[in-house]
Amino acid sequence: MTADALTTRLPRLDKARSYDWSGFGFTALTAFAALLVVLMVAVIMGNIAFFGWRTVTWEFVTAAPREGMTAGGIFPAIFGTVALVILMVVALVPFGVGAAIYLHEYARPDAWYTRIVRFAVNNLAGVPSIVFGLFGLGFFIQFVGRSMDRALGLDVVWGQPALLWAALTLALLNLPVVIVTAEEALRTVPREMREASLALGATRWQTIRYVLLPQAVPGILTGAILSVSRGAGEVAPILFTGAAYFLPYLPQSPTDQFMELGYHVFVLSTQSPNVDATKPILYGTVLVLLLLTFLLNLTAILLRSRMRARLAGRL
Amino acid sequence: MTILHAVAPPPPLDHSGRAATTRRRALRLRESVTAFLLRVCAFSAVAGLLLIMVFVFREALPVLVDPVTRHEVGVSRIFATPLWQPVGNLPKYGLVPLVVGTLKVVLVAMVVAVPLGILSAVFASEFAPTRIREALKPVIEILAGIPSVVLGFFALIVMASWLQAVTGSPSRLNAVNAGIALALGIVPTIFSVSEDALRAVPRSFREASLALGASPWQTAWNVTLPAAGAGVAAGILLGLARAVGETMIVLMASGNAAITSGDVFDSVRTLSATIAAEMAEVVVGSPHYAALFFLGAILFVTTFFINVFAGVFVERLRRRLAGA
Amino acid sequence: MRRRLVFYLAGLLLVAGLTHCGGARRATPITIKGSDTMVILGQRWAEAYMAAHPGTVIQVTGGGSGTGVAALINGTTDIAQSSRSMKDEEKAQIQAKSGQPPVEILVARDGLAVYVHESSPVREFSLGQLRDLYTGKITNWKQVGGPDASITLYGRENNSGTYVYFKEHVLDEADFAAAVQTLPGTAAVVNAVAQDPRGIGYGGAAYAKGVKEVAIKADDAGPAVLPTLENVNSGAYPISRGLFYYVRKAPEGPIEDFIDWVLSPEGQKLVTEVGYFPAR
Repeated sequence: MTADALTTRLPRLDKARSYDWSGFGFTALTAFAALLVVLMVAVIMGNIAFFGWRTVTWEFVTAAPREGMTAGGIFPAIFGTVALVILMVVALVPFGVGAAIYLHEYARPDAWYTRIVRFAVNNLAGVPSIVFGLFGLGFFIQFVGRSMDRALGLDVVWGQPALLWAALTLALLNLPVVIVTAEEALRTVPREMREASLALGATRWQTIRYVLLPQAVPGILTGAILSVSRGAGEVAPILFTGAAYFLPYLPQSPTDQFMELGYHVFVLSTQSPNVDATKPILYGTVLVLLLLTFLLNLTAILLRSRMRARLAGRL
Repeated sequence: MTILHAVAPPPPLDHSGRAATTRRRALRLRESVTAFLLRVCAFSAVAGLLLIMVFVFREALPVLVDPVTRHEVGVSRIFATPLWQPVGNLPKYGLVPLVVGTLKVVLVAMVVAVPLGILSAVFASEFAPTRIREALKPVIEILAGIPSVVLGFFALIVMASWLQAVTGSPSRLNAVNAGIALALGIVPTIFSVSEDALRAVPRSFREASLALGASPWQTAWNVTLPAAGAGVAAGILLGLARAVGETMIVLMASGNAAITSGDVFDSVRTLSATIAAEMAEVVVGSPHYAALFFLGAILFVTTFFINVFAGVFVERLRRRLAGA
Repeated sequence: MRRRLVFYLAGLLLVAGLTHCGGARRATPITIKGSDTMVILGQRWAEAYMAAHPGTVIQVTGGGSGTGVAALINGTTDIAQSSRSMKDEEKAQIQAKSGQPPVEILVARDGLAVYVHESSPVREFSLGQLRDLYTGKITNWKQVGGPDASITLYGRENNSGTYVYFKEHVLDEADFAAAVQTLPGTAAVVNAVAQDPRGIGYGGAAYAKGVKEVAIKADDAGPAVLPTLENVNSGAYPISRGLFYYVRKAPEGPIEDFIDWVLSPEGQKLVTEVGYFPAR
C-alpha cells in the first residue's frame, strides 16, 4: 500500500472530531462477533454436559448395551472406536512421517515432483469425507477386498464392510494432517545439528534416524494425536465401510464390523427405536465422544506449544 | 579392592580393504533403499488422490456410457427431471432439487459464518487485549474439535425445536437449521486462516497508518484487512469447500426432502446427504449405485476446484507479503 | 519412549477386550440385515434365542428393507428382513448370483398405521384421501375435516420397505410429493408427528406411542377400520402386510434352527409382545 493510497482512505484531520462513534461501533461489532461464537460454543457444551453427565458412570463406560439400546453401557462402541483408531494410526504414521521426511530432506523444493506431492497433500485435505467413504467402498471393499477373496478362493470375507477397510479409509483421510505436522516438527530441529551430524560422517539416513527424528517426536506425536481425534469423530467415511449398530460381540479380526461412538450417536439420534428412552444414553455417548476428542486435542495442543516454544527459544 | 581392567582401545577402523568396501556398499544400499521407500511414502499421497479420482469416476462412468444405466439415469434426463425418487417402478433421478438444496444450505452457512469468522479474527488480531485473545483461541480450537456428528446431533435435538419456536416455520428440520450448524463447523477454518493472514501483515503497515493519524479501527478496516485480503479470501474458499462437502450435519438436520424452492425454511436434500442415506441400500453395479457415485464425482470436482482456487490465493498472499 | 507406552496401553486394551467377550464368539455369527420396521423384533428374537442357545451369535442391523435385500444380493448378510416382498428383478439377481431363487419366509404380520397428532380431530381417512395427501393434492387439514392449517407430511427414506409398500399399495405407484420430510426410521416418524400438531406420518403399528392411529376406509363407502389384531388377521384393515425373512437358499444348520424357533409359539409370542401380529 503506498502512502497515497493510505492518505486517500483516511479522514481529514482538520475537521474537528467528536467522539469516534463509528470506531467504537466497529470495534464493538467485532467484539460482539467473537462473543457470539464463544456463546454458541458455551451453549452447545453446556447443553451436552448438563443432560449427559448423569449418564456417564463407570458402568456406562464398561458395560455392553442392553434391552435394545435403552439401558446398559456403550463399551463396545468405545472398544470399536479405539480398535479402529489404533489400526488407522499403525497404517498412517509410517506413510505420513516418511512423506514428511522425504519432503524435508530429500526433495528439492522447486522440483516438479515436489510440487506435485504438495499439491496432492493440499487437495487430499479438501476432499469431502463422504467421497472418502465412497472411495473406501469402491476401492478397498469392491476392488481390493473382492480380489483378495477371489485370490484366496473365499466366498465373501474381505469383500465386505470391515474394520480394516474403515481404518485404511480413515488413514488416507488423515494423511495430510500427519504430513503437515510432521514436516513442521522436522523444521524445528536446528540446522546446525543436522550439519554437525553430516560433518561427522553420518549418512543422510543415519542423520535422520538418530538425530532428526528423535527431536521431532513431539511434533510427530502431535500430528498422530490430531489424526486420532479426527478419526474418532468422522462418521461419513465409515458409514458403509464397516460401522454397525447392534453387534453382540467385539471385533476380533480385521474382517469384523464394529460399533463406533460417532456412528452410535448418529443412529441413536435418527433411528432410535424409542426416542425418549434412549435420550439419556444418546447424551451420554455424545459426552463420552466429546471428552475423548477434547482430551486428545488438548494433549496435541500442549505438545505443539511446547514444540513451538522450543523453536522460538532457539531463534 | 577395585580392579581396574585396562580396556584396550577399539581397533582403528580400517577404511581400506575388502571388509570396508563391503561395509560401504551395504551402507550405500541401505541409503538408496531408504531413499526409495521414503519417496514411495511421499507419493502415497499422490497415489491416494489419483486412486480416489479413478475409482469414484470409474463407478460413476456407467451413467455416461452404459446403455442400461443411461436408460434409467441418463445425463440428459438427470438435469431435466424435477424429482429425486430413485426407488419405485419408474425411478426418477433429478439432480436439480439436490443441487438447489446444497446451494441453499451452503448459502445460509456462508452468510452466517463469513461475518462471524472474519470479524472475530479482526477482533482477535487487532483489538483484543492479549489476555482475551489467549482465551479466545482455545475456544475456537474447542469448536474446531467438535465432530460434525455432534453438531448435527445438537441441531437435530436442540436447535431445531428452538428455531421453530422462534421463527414459526412449518418444517422443523430445514435449510436454516442445517445451515447454522454448518456455519459453526466452518467458523474455525475461516477464523484461523483469516487470523493468520492478519497477523502476517507487517507491523509497518499498521504503524504507518497510525502515524498518519488514523484510529485503530480505521487502520484495521482500511489498511490491515485489505492487505490480508488474499489470505482471508483463501479462508472463505476453504470454508466454502468444507460446507459443500459436509455430510453428517446436513444428513441429520436438514429434513432430507428433495424440494426445489427458494424458501430457506423448507427442508432440503443435499448431494452429500443423498449419498450417505441411500448408499447402504443399493446393489453394487446397479444404476442407482452408479448414480450415487456420479453425485460423489460432482462433489469431488466442485471441492477440488474450490481448493485449487484457494491455493492460488494463498500463493498470491505469500508472494505479496514476501515482497513488502 | 512415550510411543511405546501408548502401544503397550493399546495392546492391553485389546487384550482386555478379547477376554471380556471370551466365549461368546465361537461360531460364525448369523447376520440379519434390513427393515427398520422389523429391527426391534429382530433384536428381541436374537436376544431371546441367544439366551436360550448359548454359543450361537446373531447380529441384527437395520437400514431399511432395501439395505437388507441389497446385502442379500451382495452376499454380505445371511438373512434379509424385509417389510415388503422382494421384487422380481431382485429375485432374478439372486438367482443369477447363486443359481437358485431366494426363499421367502413369512415371520409376522403388520398393519401399516397412519399417525396424526394426539390433538388432531381427524379420526379417519379413505385410501383415496390418503393418496391425495401424500401426492400433494390435498395440502390443508380443513380439506379432510381438520382445522385450517397446512399439512406437514412425514415419510421414510427410499430404502425403507415401508416406503415401497406405501408407494405401491396406497399411492398406486404415483410419486410422493417432494415436500414429504424423509426420516430414517419409523420411530423418527412417530417422534416427529408427536411433536407436530399439523403432522401426519405412516409406519408399523407397533411404534404408535404418543400419537393417534387413524382408521382407514378402503373406499368412501366402507367402514373405517383401525389396525387391531382381528382387523389385520381378517383382512378388514386395508393396508396390512407381511413381514418376511429372505435367505439365499433353503435354510440349513443354525440358520434353519433359528428360523424354526422364530416360527414356533415361543418366537411368535414375542411378536405380539413387540406389537405386531403373528404369522399364523
